[in-house]
Amino acid sequence: MFYRENGQFKATYRADEQMLPILQDRVFMFAVVAFAFLAMPFLATDYLFLSILIPFLILTLAAIGLNLLVGYCGQISIGHAAFMGVGAYAAYNLVLRLPQLNFLVVLVLAGLIAAAVGMLFGIPSLRIKGLYLAVATLAAQFFIDWMFARVKWFTNYASSGSVSTVPIELFGWKVQSPSDKYLFLLAVLVVFTLVAKNLVRGHLGRAWMATRDMDVAAEVIGIRPVYAKLTAFGVSSFYCGMAGALYGFVYLGSWEPAAFNLTLSLKLLFMIIIGGMGSILGAYFGAAFITVLPILLNQIPLWLGLSLSTATASHLESMIFGALIVAFLILEPHGLAKLWSIGKEKLRLWPFPH
Amino acid sequence: MEMRLKAKLMGVALAAGAALSMLASGPATAQAKGKEQAKEQFFPLLVYRTGPYGPNGTPWANAKQDYIKMLNARDGGINGVKITFEECETGYATDRGVECYERLKGKGPTGATLIDPQSTGITFALTEKAPIDKIPLITLGYGRSESQDGLVFKWNFPLMGSYWTAADIIIQHLGKKEGSLDNLKGKKIALIYHDSPYGKEPIPLLEERSKMHKFEFIKIPVTAPGVEQKSAWLQVRQLRPDYVLLWGWGVMNSAALKEAQATGYPRDKMFGVWWAGAEPDVKDVGEGAKGYNALNLQHSIGMSKVHQDIVKHVHDKGQGTGPKDEVGTVLYNRGLIIQMLAVESVRRAQERYGKKPLTGEQVRWGIENLALDQKKIDGLGFGGLMRPISTSCADHMGSMMARVETWDGSKWVFTSEAYTADEQILKPMVKAASAKYAEEKKIVPRTPADCQL
Repeated sequence: MFYRENGQFKATYRADEQMLPILQDRVFMFAVVAFAFLAMPFLATDYLFLSILIPFLILTLAAIGLNLLVGYCGQISIGHAAFMGVGAYAAYNLVLRLPQLNFLVVLVLAGLIAAAVGMLFGIPSLRIKGLYLAVATLAAQFFIDWMFARVKWFTNYASSGSVSTVPIELFGWKVQSPSDKYLFLLAVLVVFTLVAKNLVRGHLGRAWMATRDMDVAAEVIGIRPVYAKLTAFGVSSFYCGMAGALYGFVYLGSWEPAAFNLTLSLKLLFMIIIGGMGSILGAYFGAAFITVLPILLNQIPLWLGLSLSTATASHLESMIFGALIVAFLILEPHGLAKLWSIGKEKLRLWPFPH
Repeated sequence: MEMRLKAKLMGVALAAGAALSMLASGPATAQAKGKEQAKEQFFPLLVYRTGPYGPNGTPWANAKQDYIKMLNARDGGINGVKITFEECETGYATDRGVECYERLKGKGPTGATLIDPQSTGITFALTEKAPIDKIPLITLGYGRSESQDGLVFKWNFPLMGSYWTAADIIIQHLGKKEGSLDNLKGKKIALIYHDSPYGKEPIPLLEERSKMHKFEFIKIPVTAPGVEQKSAWLQVRQLRPDYVLLWGWGVMNSAALKEAQATGYPRDKMFGVWWAGAEPDVKDVGEGAKGYNALNLQHSIGMSKVHQDIVKHVHDKGQGTGPKDEVGTVLYNRGLIIQMLAVESVRRAQERYGKKPLTGEQVRWGIENLALDQKKIDGLGFGGLMRPISTSCADHMGSMMARVETWDGSKWVFTSEAYTADEQILKPMVKAASAKYAEEKKIVPRTPADCQL
């Protein structure tokens, strides 16, 4: 009744090419963003910021990055946590060795360095595909893990291999309180979500999707696979590198090489599979599912007043979490984003379905 | 089909909505509840009872709870202030540890008293957060070695020992076995370590000692959790080190002993840190671990008066956190000592701030001015369990003694007298490392005036 595009005529090409062509969608999105920027800082507690929202925002950025590669270009990678690590260590070294740099510059440079490394490890994708490529990216994960654990220069010769950061300062704004951190991350995420959304709608995204759907056909219509695949690796690693730098500086504050291990790579992959491959919105859903749900499950017994032992609560958390992953994949193999779009389709016909 | 899909969507929407509202309201209501009840001192307990480190983390966590329950039952808390606690499972993972810290730091009438993270990795992460939240960290026998320097690390307390003191004591013991430290010249000493901040901590000290005594120092990392060690022991077989130092935790220790048995490396040439010298580490290996040595952090093996009190006030009333027979085991005793020192810090701080619930900042003063002599220790029921300890503004460790124990196939027995780590070597290293940290983080070391506060 309320959600329908009847009467919204597009008179120009510009209007037709809008990111959100339906007025109600635009209103809804603006409302969500306004709520996140204006209301959340007053509503959320420190715990909600530091333990839920901050990791959620950062991992969403990483999941968008991985989704550009896996969901849009069809190249599987299980080494993206390593590229996050490259970003984090790049930012650490830039801040350490060039302290006069603005953190935004550091962030972009960290992304670019990660992009370069990502493209390097993306070269095998030109010859191998599918699961074989996944295994090749696993090599990136192991090599980069090894490098940060063993090459002392990257960690500034820290005896334990653990590095720590200084608080971020942007044009005199000290990003230190939980709500400041949240606002900073939210701003970064909104900007780069828009960039990603427009990239996939543009010629680059179309080249990626053509390569994903059938690489031979894509080549026939004039898309160079080298260009498509390597740009996908580059852009995707750029996102992950930035997310890694933010993960280190804003969320962890101090980390060891194991913070960016294979487990995180797999988590990122689960995020986009559960959230929805080839969907920017899916990255948000997936990141929320993977970061928030375990913490929530762990605390539910306590809020219900059940006095479970800590061990039982933690075993229950793993069991229910696993069961939910399976349940969601059976209910909707295309991910939570697909559920969302089905919901919107239904809403257009509501309350008079055929 | 139509209905089912609708139900599915509704379900998802409802679940998401409920989840968000729970998260938003959960901690807040818990906090409000705590505020109403006065006269309570809240201890957040970061523990791990599951995963590869669970067997070692559990007795430690149980002891902390048992001691609190015993004090509440026997004395009614600390000078009339009841002790409350809440556990949070970290699984030894740094990110979950930080989440637990954030979850628990504001609970209770005065917030978290202090935190024992039970993990070196989590300690590194919390070291950055503690000064902002004003919550002290006690890391007995683990954590950052350079945090002994209280002038830079105002909120860290590696009480009773660090990995540097542990490594130093093992080298002293090896020197003694060989006749003198000079006889270590030309010997090969290998360190098999958990590839994490925990395992890497002793390396700088061992490097320093190897330069001094001219022994060859071989580093062999084992990827966490350390179940797979074939390649490490292949290296041992090739290099034939004279001694193997074991810096493992959880399953890594028993796996290492099994590999040593398979490789035929003599167990009496193996020396573990105090985290590699508890019952869960050797029990599965049994006879195969016979002769294996490990450090023991000051305490004796067996029962003291405090154990009798715990059995009487907690276990006999059916309130025991774990099985009764774990009372008195190595890690259980360490948990007891940690919780006792935490409680005594509160008691010390109460002398200054009054017998009421104290904030973390006030308790920090108590930890920094701990002075437990033998008489006080005996009075607490810890006679024979530990030696006197006294901390100060500059020294956040308090004492640096340990003994060597050996597994005889069924129990641990002491096989050396107590060693004290060599201050001559440690002090400059601690100073240099903490100065580097202060420079990196732009911390101004505390002045004597600040120490008076």
